[in-house]
Amino acid sequence: MKHRGYYGGFGGAFLPEILIPTFDELVSVFESAKTDPGFRNQYETLMAQYSGRPTPLTFAANLTRHFDGAKIYIKREDLNHTGAHKANNVMGQGLLVKKMGKTRVIAETGAGQHGVACATMAAKFGFDCTIYMGEKDVMRQRPNVFWMEQLGATVVPVTDGTKILKDAINQAFRDWVTNMDTTHYVLGTACGPHPFPEMVAWFQSIIGIEARQQILDLEGRLPDRVYACVGGGSNALGLFAGFLDDPVELVGVEAGGKGIDTGFHAARLSSTDAGAGIAQGYKTYFLQDDDGQMKETHSISAGLDYVGVSPILAHMHETGTARFESATDAEVVDALKLTMRSEGIIPALESAHAFAGAFREAPTLSRDQIIIINQSGRGDKDIFTVADVLNDPEWKTFIQTKAAQYHA
Amino acid sequence: MLESYIRDKQKQKDLLLMTHIVMGYPSFDDSHAMVKHMVAAGVDLMELQIPFSEPMADGPVILKANQKALEQGATVAKCLAFAKDMAAIYPIPFLFMTYANIPYRFGMAAFAKTTADIGLTGAIVPDLPMEEGAEYLQAMKKNQLSPIQMFSPGTSDARMAQIASIASGFIYCLARKGVTGAQTDLSDDLAQYLARCRKAASVPLAVGFGIKDRADMDFLAGRADIAVIGSETIRVMEKGGVAAVRDFIQGLSRSA
Ligand SMILES: Cc1ncc(COP(=O)(O)O)c(C=O)c1O
Repeated sequence: MKHRGYYGGFGGAFLPEILIPTFDELVSVFESAKTDPGFRNQYETLMAQYSGRPTPLTFAANLTRHFDGAKIYIKREDLNHTGAHKANNVMGQGLLVKKMGKTRVIAETGAGQHGVACATMAAKFGFDCTIYMGEKDVMRQRPNVFWMEQLGATVVPVTDGTKILKDAINQAFRDWVTNMDTTHYVLGTACGPHPFPEMVAWFQSIIGIEARQQILDLEGRLPDRVYACVGGGSNALGLFAGFLDDPVELVGVEAGGKGIDTGFHAARLSSTDAGAGIAQGYKTYFLQDDDGQMKETHSISAGLDYVGVSPILAHMHETGTARFESATDAEVVDALKLTMRSEGIIPALESAHAFAGAFREAPTLSRDQIIIINQSGRGDKDIFTVADVLNDPEWKTFIQTKAAQYHA
Repeated sequence: MLESYIRDKQKQKDLLLMTHIVMGYPSFDDSHAMVKHMVAAGVDLMELQIPFSEPMADGPVILKANQKALEQGATVAKCLAFAKDMAAIYPIPFLFMTYANIPYRFGMAAFAKTTADIGLTGAIVPDLPMEEGAEYLQAMKKNQLSPIQMFSPGTSDARMAQIASIASGFIYCLARKGVTGAQTDLSDDLAQYLARCRKAASVPLAVGFGIKDRADMDFLAGRADIAVIGSETIRVMEKGGVAAVRDFIQGLSRSA
């Protein structure tokens, strides 16, 4: 193995010896797929036929009028099969699993969207599937747990550590080091040891490549800014990939939680609370203490609640290639409400961070400027969280009635 | 250094014993009692784990011990002070075991220097393969410490040769794929793999992951130089208290 997978000082492959042959195999399968136009074709055909790609680029006329600033377009990753951009990555990795001749897939999930996408892919390709999910996220995202199980996956609640996404990742690695002969770990975001950051970003680049062509078709020009939320960073890298060589400002929006000053957030690049570190097999910015122990993170959205961030984004942050902002839970709920009422579109709580970031800036831009917001996923899965926040009385009555029926 | 200590000890025993504790679990006082009992019972080397919040290669028993130790306030500074005490009191080699982020945040050079200053002989860092470890390897070498390398059953012969070329002290051979703590099937496969390890490396071989009783020790004698017992001592302690660890280790210790 050479010294690969570095983005400036970030990335790498900090792997226990036991996993080295497994990663060597993965690197070589991915390298050959990447350089084979036939593979990309096969992938794009699959995404067209199974996932409904290309996803549309929707002009948000009412939001544009409301803010009276930049023209707002929304890239509709929510219209992917299973409701999020996660499908792009899992279907791609699924094709690689077939090439490697493995029969079982495992995955971690936070919001549950990656878990659902992975369970769907496993059902389609005929793989056994186990999904690790922090116990706290199992509680927050129950509807997705239900669907993963219906799709034939085993969902394992993880009770270690902080009981959220990072702990689910550790547990998936523990499974992998035992079962790597038959099993592929379908990591859900552009994090982890090389080649995952590059590989996940490569599959997600389908978002940005499409969006660029679509805006040129619709407007005859490039956007001024593009916005995406940042958990691990896969949907952001996917969108950014379309505009890397263009004079387009790339904006990533992290989870500001209860506020950057409160300590209850997951802002690794947009706060000064994170520092460089090595964990979960790679080097990046982590929210950690001086000793190097990972801190607890907080976000209303399970999918952005992660201590690390893609090494590719960490590098883009250092070099100023992309700008990183944060949005608080409260701003996100406001952005969600406004988007639902004015456009009839329900973004996932994760995606609503990108909306919140864009809404803050749209009024400061002029009418001839254009922005694109990546709607990474749809919000149905968040019904319990959102109903709680909105304190909806009729929903509560419904839940109570339903609960009473189960007790009967 | 470490290797000559091992060679020397081998004149009395056909298989040395290395044990492992998580510093600060369940408390630093208990950690000290564990070391004391283990040394009295004839342990030859010890790993002192600096707890980390994400111990990727550890199974449930050690994972839980890491988390409990941290919850109870085990810091890197406290672990260093504890290790210094142990090395001063007990006449066996101690090695740190931890994950890469701990020395990385401390500073690789400072970490190696401190390790040497407080009298430890080396470190085991499972998530720092040689490809990523240049700075660490250099710092350890400069301080005459052993950065323990690992072999796993999937390691190719060519890679074993590369790893052996930078090895010092001994090489830690993982008995099987997986994390710490689960059962290991001691079989012909393991014997063949150990023969492969032996051929690749001139330094002594330690074997760990799932080693837990007399029968395992009998199997390893003649095939390896050091048996490593990790999770099992934590299990024994959790069940029977610190004193039970002494009887357990005494029951394993061998003479030549
Ligand atoms: C809808 C949605 N958007 C965004 C994310 C965050 O992940 P990433 O930053 O990799 O896109 C998630 C993660 O679960 C998600 O479900």
